[in-house]
Amino acid sequence: MQEFLARSWRGLIAHIDKPLLLITLMLMAAGLATVYSATYDANSHLAPQMVNMAIGLCAMWAVAQLPPQKLMRFGVPLYLVGVLLLILVFFFGIKVNGARRWLSLGFTRIQPSELLKIAVPLMLAWYFHKHEALLKFRHYVIASLLLLLPFALIAKQPDLGTAILVGAAGFYVIFFAGLHWRVIGGLLAVAAAAAPFAWTMLHDYQRKRILTLIDPTTDPLGSGYHIIQSTIAIGSGGNYGKGWLAGTQTHLEFIPERHTDFILAVFAEERGLLGNGILLLLYLLLIGRGLIIAGNASTLFGRVLAGSVTLSFFTYVFVNMGMVSGILPVVGVPLPFMSYGGTALVTLSVGIGMLMSINTHRMLVRT
Amino acid sequence: MLAHQSSLHASDRALSRFHFRVVLAAVLVLAALSLLGARFYYLQVVQHDYYSTRAEDNRISVVPIVPNRGVIVDRSGIILARNYSAFTLEITPSNVEDLEATIDGLSQLVEIESKDKRRFRKLLQEGRSFESLPIRTRLTEEEVARFAANRYLFPGVEVKARLFRQYPLGSVASHAIGYINRINKRDLEKIAEQEQAANYKGTDHIGKTGLEQRYEFALHGETGYEQVEIDAGGRAIRSLSRTPPVQGSHLTLTLDVKLQEIAEKAFGDRRGALVAIEPSTGGILALVSSPTFDPNLFIDGIRTEDWDVLNTSRDRPMLNRALNGTYPPGSTFKPFMALAALETGRRTAGQSIWDPGYFNFGGHHFRDDKVGGHGMVDMYKSIVHSCDTYYYQLATDMGIDAIAGFMGQLGFGQRTGVDLDGESEGVLPSPEWKKRRFRRPEQQKWYAGETVSIGIGQGYNSYTPIQLAQATATIANNGVMFRPHLVKYLTDSRSGEKTLVEPEPLRRLPWKPQHIETIKNAMIGVNTQGTGARAFAGAGYTSGGKTGTSQVYSLKGSTYKESAVRKELRDHALFIAFAPAEAPQIALAVIVENGGFGAQSAAPIARMVIDYYLLGKLPKGAAEEDDVKED
Repeated sequence: MQEFLARSWRGLIAHIDKPLLLITLMLMAAGLATVYSATYDANSHLAPQMVNMAIGLCAMWAVAQLPPQKLMRFGVPLYLVGVLLLILVFFFGIKVNGARRWLSLGFTRIQPSELLKIAVPLMLAWYFHKHEALLKFRHYVIASLLLLLPFALIAKQPDLGTAILVGAAGFYVIFFAGLHWRVIGGLLAVAAAAAPFAWTMLHDYQRKRILTLIDPTTDPLGSGYHIIQSTIAIGSGGNYGKGWLAGTQTHLEFIPERHTDFILAVFAEERGLLGNGILLLLYLLLIGRGLIIAGNASTLFGRVLAGSVTLSFFTYVFVNMGMVSGILPVVGVPLPFMSYGGTALVTLSVGIGMLMSINTHRMLVRT
Repeated sequence: MLAHQSSLHASDRALSRFHFRVVLAAVLVLAALSLLGARFYYLQVVQHDYYSTRAEDNRISVVPIVPNRGVIVDRSGIILARNYSAFTLEITPSNVEDLEATIDGLSQLVEIESKDKRRFRKLLQEGRSFESLPIRTRLTEEEVARFAANRYLFPGVEVKARLFRQYPLGSVASHAIGYINRINKRDLEKIAEQEQAANYKGTDHIGKTGLEQRYEFALHGETGYEQVEIDAGGRAIRSLSRTPPVQGSHLTLTLDVKLQEIAEKAFGDRRGALVAIEPSTGGILALVSSPTFDPNLFIDGIRTEDWDVLNTSRDRPMLNRALNGTYPPGSTFKPFMALAALETGRRTAGQSIWDPGYFNFGGHHFRDDKVGGHGMVDMYKSIVHSCDTYYYQLATDMGIDAIAGFMGQLGFGQRTGVDLDGESEGVLPSPEWKKRRFRRPEQQKWYAGETVSIGIGQGYNSYTPIQLAQATATIANNGVMFRPHLVKYLTDSRSGEKTLVEPEPLRRLPWKPQHIETIKNAMIGVNTQGTGARAFAGAGYTSGGKTGTSQVYSLKGSTYKESAVRKELRDHALFIAFAPAEAPQIALAVIVENGGFGAQSAAPIARMVIDYYLLGKLPKGAAEEDDVKED
């Protein structure tokens, strides 16, 4: 009996990567404490966030059980469904606050762009894997087009944060698949040349956010308010912070979106530089572990997918922290495992699950 | 085999390229996260103090607590100025989206006049849109209830209880008490000059005239402060510390407001002034300037209509005639001239002159009122019957310098230093004064002929009623001179400690007692057998007085006939008096503009005032209540 239980337990944790799980759980714990602090005054989001995390952990476990070959099979259907839904959003989406991001299913609303954060890297990893033997320049072009379509649809909604994350995930796949440096250099040059043109394509509020970043005081009560208040929160935290539940910027409601995108401001105010340092270290460890998994992966699919998922984590972290600390414009990107919100938690957990799958199925399947 | 090898080779190359890129990514990630770390270090360590201050500024709001303004009471404790609590409807413009729509909506619930809107806009223009500004003051209970039921419709609008100033007796003693009104730019400068800016945070009214102005900083008190923690919406969450305000000091006046009321009524609708002084202290018992105004009109900003009435009236009710009206003293100057003659040794009481009805100086006839003259006139008779010729001669004998020297000591032509602002100097004529006053050399020269009419209180002589009252009180008090004052003492609201305003005499004039006795006797004679006898017939006390008539219109040699002269050009009637003669408790000066002879219109006012003050006797026909109120 005891042996049965032990064997079952071994079976249960066979595909769990312990370092990744440990880091994830530590981040989640920090996240829960911070979400509690950010919301307990009015309407505590602690319980729902715990539910979100439980769902996320289940999804992580489930994805980790799937061998990469099975994961690969999801690439094309998920991508096709995702793009189709984005097209439906484009025509029939519900407009909220001037952005068309949601699709009504009658009983609930969904945000298809979230799906693409997984579907795009899966699809592109599968595509490169399929053509591994004879990768030609045109494959990179086709992969880029496969990326550009959902990216454009999401950017058009507009949802700059998600577009950046999807675009980055796709680009990382192409980068790790071996896109030539000359092409990367050329693309950078084109991007630089297109910047002024892109500027005119941006929405007014997006342009304002960028201008505000340069000088937040130009609009202290408008779009500069977020940045001003969050930097005050971070700066006033000092070395060791004001203590848990003791942040004045947080509890007197000066920090906007304090339990979601700006949760770092709450954490930094109450935990100080020490807390921020530990947080950065945890993310560094998470990313480091992901890159090691990528480096050790046995297939091209595994390598590029693990690399892309890992750098996506980095993108989340860098864009969010950069925005909250006032060195990047304000875009809607959550802080992984810290920000409140079920959708992002599940997406990120699935990403961790994929990393675990790639790492733990390595020994069993060789190509 | 070869193909397989090369494929393997290519795959190896791809793998190593991949590994290189992973390492590159790791380096980039490390660099980017280090950048974030550096940013956190910068914000949390380097700039920590700055952001801490910003966070505290965000969090803590210092709310001033306005002290209650001191109360003003008369000598017997009757309240002249007090505070009462009333509800105001206030808008914080920065919290309101559409101001016009909000005001329109509010006017459906409570009456909002155009005056209210004007005041509100004015405050708005002063850039106070983050403050709570009144749109309506003194709401009725019903209006408060009506707004309360609909307040959810009006974010940024609140009903607040505020203290208002009130002058319960209305127009009585308004020139002495003055009024408060909203602080304007000039007041702010004055406040800053006095380094009171911090103390006036939250205060929106300030004394503009009268005692309210002079004792502003005593009446105001010390503003208290409450440190409040506020949230991002500006709502107060909790109080962190509280420094209570210190109420302003209370003023207890020397003024007897009942006496004041009787004196004001005695003037009726005539223009003029009266100053009554307690000779032994210099305390002002009554300070009348007729007509008066209702200071309550000013408190919330006066209506244009009211202001126009006050400002354009020919009677100039806003002018404080007691301090700013300057009049030739006429014959009321004679007792002072007589005293000067005795003190300078130019005359003795018994010396007489012959009065033929005129005085000839350099071929010019100076006319006496009595046709044919008073005959033999000594000092006593010259005062009792107001003989001009005696004083033409006296002035000529004394010379202008001696006159000016003596009168200057009595306070003529100088500010008395009464505790009210803006007092006029008047004119004490002298060669020096002429030099200062005129610019052309021929005008600057003093002509001996000009000295003649100085003797009878005409010519360049021009004094304020309060100067005349002070001089009269000084004679009544045997040469011990006080600075006239309205406030007896200030009461500290915290300690209850009383501070006297004027405990010491200004100066003691070294007059010989027998000289003072001579003058007083003659003035008693005026009220028993002379020009004041009619007015003081049957008074139950002894009194001294002197009538006076000062020329407004210069008659070129012809006889003055009152009925023939337009009212505005008629002579001013004056009267000075003190009583009881043995130990004077009251000394006063009265002037009735264009009142004609002093004996006729000014002396009866003096009689009424003294009757009430000494005997508690009310004038005939005067009711206790103020039944006729002019607005």
